[in-house]
Amino acid sequence: MQNGMFLLVSAVVAVAVFFGARLVNNDYVFFAGYTVLQFIVLATAWNILGGYTGYVNFGSAAFFAMGAYATVFFHKLHPLPIPVLILIGGVVSGVVGLGMGYLTLRLRGAFFAIATLALAVVLATFVVNWDYVGGSRGAYIIRPNEIAPIGPYIQYLFLLMLSLVVLALACARGIERSQLGYGFATIRDDELAAEASGVPTLRLKLVATTLSGALMGMAGAPFPYYIGYLQPSSAFGLEYAVNSIAMPMIGGTTSWVGPLIGAVLLGSLQQIATVTISSAVNLLIVGLLLVGFVIIAPNGIVGLVQDRLRRREK
Amino acid sequence: MPLLEVTRLSKRFGGFVALDEINLAVAEGERVGLIGPNGSGKSTLVNCICGTLVNETGMVRFAGEKIDGLLTHERTRRGLARSFQLPRPFATLTVADNLRVPLLYTVNARRSPALKPFELDARCAELLTLVGLSAKGAKLPRDLTQVEMRKLELARAMAAEPKLLIADEAMAGLSQSEVDDIVGLLIRLNEGGITIILIEHIMRAVMRFSQRLVVLVSGRKIADGQPDQVIRDPAVERAYLGQ
Repeated sequence: MQNGMFLLVSAVVAVAVFFGARLVNNDYVFFAGYTVLQFIVLATAWNILGGYTGYVNFGSAAFFAMGAYATVFFHKLHPLPIPVLILIGGVVSGVVGLGMGYLTLRLRGAFFAIATLALAVVLATFVVNWDYVGGSRGAYIIRPNEIAPIGPYIQYLFLLMLSLVVLALACARGIERSQLGYGFATIRDDELAAEASGVPTLRLKLVATTLSGALMGMAGAPFPYYIGYLQPSSAFGLEYAVNSIAMPMIGGTTSWVGPLIGAVLLGSLQQIATVTISSAVNLLIVGLLLVGFVIIAPNGIVGLVQDRLRRREK
Repeated sequence: MPLLEVTRLSKRFGGFVALDEINLAVAEGERVGLIGPNGSGKSTLVNCICGTLVNETGMVRFAGEKIDGLLTHERTRRGLARSFQLPRPFATLTVADNLRVPLLYTVNARRSPALKPFELDARCAELLTLVGLSAKGAKLPRDLTQVEMRKLELARAMAAEPKLLIADEAMAGLSQSEVDDIVGLLIRLNEGGITIILIEHIMRAVMRFSQRLVVLVSGRKIADGQPDQVIRDPAVERAYLGQ
């Protein structure tokens, strides 16, 4: 399927999902659905760097939070429409991603992962001490109850996040089938051999960190409007870092479908657990599933299916 | 003017001198064998020429251009390709896609307009046929045998359409008939206009392949000349057989 056709089909599915959710006529569907959609964007964004190039980023929460705090900053400075704030969040986190890339991409494996974790700590400390965006107290954003012509504001936020999902998936799929995707795969498989084949590895890694960071920032930008009160512990929450790694790993990291499957599966399970058991079991579910998948299907659900198909072909 | 010119190239690892003022010139179209005992500096020399390692002193010129300071991929794009001692295929890409990468990133970087998708497919198929892997294009590298893996390694280096190919121990661990197979392939590639430096321990293969033989021992070049004369050189005999 061509990229344009994929975008069209995704948009049609997104519209169907939106109107399907409206049929339920319960705002909680949008509240819960927003979180799942947000994780699809985060997992897809993480996968562009972590899955396609093999550089594990533990600092997803920092990129997400940069997007969210960019919104708080502009909300206080001069309120702007959320789509514009999403673009700003993308630019801010993209620039942070580029900077992180320059500083850390000569590191590999655990060293790179630790450096990204350190970045999250540094940025969280910076935000905690930045009074203008609320510092450690946090910041309130009072969102309107309704927006014309959609209706309840949560539906508007849901629709925006749905659009971001379409954008993120189209972006990831487009990369996968392009020259860039081949370049990313060679970096993941063998960086030395990639360079010897003419692949400009450092430049491609910077593209990956920037793109991945930008998408995470875009996912974070509407968050203050969703949550209403943003504090450093919620924006830099452990669940963002853990989920954005676990979801692609459970779904499969070599394809755009993997993070989508992982996020829908894990995100939905977490939402169900929040309602039926307790919100505290969220990370427990992630941990247990991750351990299970690492043992049973180290290449995730997509990898499992691909292996089965390959075996059947033989 | 030589295609490759290495002048007084030295490389140290801490206190260990891996290469000591190496001079080497390779003419266009030549087939050069590079031999030496383990630890003599052969792979280090290749790594310095290809940009994987940075030489402390000396100079590398390729096709008349000084290439010290260029990154590995920039050297590849200028026409300097290598295969690795241990095959390093892109494990998650199919055999055909392994060849597509240098075509996309090296050949297309040189050409305008770039190769179209169907031309890329045709070029991959052509290369697979050349190395005898035409039936394996859709397989993953893990499904290949040892000799097929070596062939893929050479084909990937060839896909970059190099002027100079450095084959680093392309025959290690292969049977006699497989060695003959690879030597035949390298000679065919050379006849197609590619200059080749072969690093190898299998002397039968080196002698069949090389028009000129260079010998390194303990990071120093001790012989450079006609293969028949070089192997009778007392210094070479001492290096290989002892006093």
